Amino acid sequence: MSVTVTQEGVIAWLHAFAEAVAENRAYLTDLDAAIGDADHGSNMDRGMQAVVGKLDGPFPGDAGGGIGALLKTVGMTLVSTVGGAAGPLYGTLFLQMGNAAGHGSELTVAQWAAVLEAGVKGVQARGKAELEDKTMIDALTPAAEALNVAAASGLSLADALRRAAEAAEQGMKATIPLVARKGRASYLGERSAGHQDPGATSSWLLMEAAVEALALAAPPERPGA
Amino acid sequence: MKKLINRPEDALREELEGVAAAHADRLRVHTGPNYIVRSDAPVQGKVAIVSGGGSGHEPMHAGFVGMGMLDAACPGEVFTSPTPDQMLEATKAVDGGAGVLHIVKNYTGDVMNFEMAAELASDEGIEVEAVVIDDDVAVRDSLYTAGRRGVGATVLAEKICGAAAEQRRPLPDVAGICRKVNANARSMGMALTSCTVPMVGRPTFELGADEMEIGIGIHGEPGRERRKLAPAHEIVEALATAVVDDLPFRRGDKVLAFVNGMGGTPLMELYVVYGELHKLLRGRGISITRNLIGSYITALDMAGCSITLLRLDDELTALWDAPVNTTGLRWGV
Repeated sequence: MSVTVTQEGVIAWLHAFAEAVAENRAYLTDLDAAIGDADHGSNMDRGMQAVVGKLDGPFPGDAGGGIGALLKTVGMTLVSTVGGAAGPLYGTLFLQMGNAAGHGSELTVAQWAAVLEAGVKGVQARGKAELEDKTMIDALTPAAEALNVAAASGLSLADALRRAAEAAEQGMKATIPLVARKGRASYLGERSAGHQDPGATSSWLLMEAAVEALALAAPPERPGA
Repeated sequence: MKKLINRPEDALREELEGVAAAHADRLRVHTGPNYIVRSDAPVQGKVAIVSGGGSGHEPMHAGFVGMGMLDAACPGEVFTSPTPDQMLEATKAVDGGAGVLHIVKNYTGDVMNFEMAAELASDEGIEVEAVVIDDDVAVRDSLYTAGRRGVGATVLAEKICGAAAEQRRPLPDVAGICRKVNANARSMGMALTSCTVPMVGRPTFELGADEMEIGIGIHGEPGRERRKLAPAHEIVEALATAVVDDLPFRRGDKVLAFVNGMGGTPLMELYVVYGELHKLLRGRGISITRNLIGSYITALDMAGCSITLLRLDDELTALWDAPVNTTGLRWGV
């Protein structure tokens, strides 16, 4: 049995993402100022601080709702606190991940890959963005694909999450030359090229946060696993 | 940054407190989640109209809540879409059993948040129809972008649909009238200065002392081009020509001409703009049969204006003339 994703791991991941967003608040806002409306950092920070507030209090996971209920709580919190476009998009990501995660408190790497994939599909349906539209999809879709491939080839959780984060980083960097076709940046047309997409950047932070937190909080690998 | 605020992070809450204190006779202000409803809501048997958007565009939308216009407005953070929980609670608070129309400006965030709210409301058995306003000709329309922004036509649609709802027209009719307003209205704006978002504290963009931005959005988004400052008649010609040619408005058309201030421009200048617009349209054989001049859909402290033209027929004219009693627009009462 390989190392699994646990409820504690998910909570650690969310804390790590909240810290990353807080640390990169000005960076995300500066990226957004170049091609959007200069609020991505402050909006995401407000949302993740609200999520941390929920995690530190009693949340549905405590009542046996498992990882699914936990993720849905995160989604609803983001939907009601972030606003803008990022609110419904990140909210939908976590809500759909929650729907896919079910009531269990432990998921295999392959199950976790399916959970992420369901979330990313939800984001795509909500925002109607395709790859190379210069959006968070450009980081999330390659990450979900990489996680699936890694899970299928039997990589450990830590290695699989590392592959996903690397794919997200590549996707994020690949948004720089793109001309935006969705969101406020699309109003700039050609002038949006040459700037890294702020949404893809926060999505990379989310994948990067998983590498350390989600895997480290997992139960230790058993001998012979 | 020089603003009449206490702390930037308190500005929205304190604005809502001020609105509640000023207009307790006609508005109810709810906080957590934030929404504003007319004091007699829900009006039984009447289609309710809910709009909302980022704050910083005052008097839109809260200033248009009242008899003959909106039943509820959802204010988001400055220039940030409100959230579905606000819209859902507002929708429930005003539903009088005849369904609810959501009037949504075409911005990615607003559209998605209102979509989620409509899904949540229908889960609770409330009939919701949404109409997206996208009248800004500065944005080249394309299937491959977020599309045109919703600007000045939003004010006109809220007034006209509000009147239709007061006449107890059913939801499909009121939504149809909203789409008709959107289909017959075009707008374009310009900026002389940037705006400053309280939480950011510095101007959203830089404009030289002798520069202007043509085609500006209501959040300081860049427009079509940056130009050397020009006299009012040249600015009006640039805006009005783009608007007229887009629909296109034709010789013999009757229009409502809406000259809107962006927040930092005095009424004196708006009347100069209106005078130029009047001359230009007369020259093209287009007659202004109704007008609206003032700062109704603003971008905080930005200086500049927008021009909206709406092609009128008898139905739209009668609905425009119908009584309205809001803090932002009031006549016939």
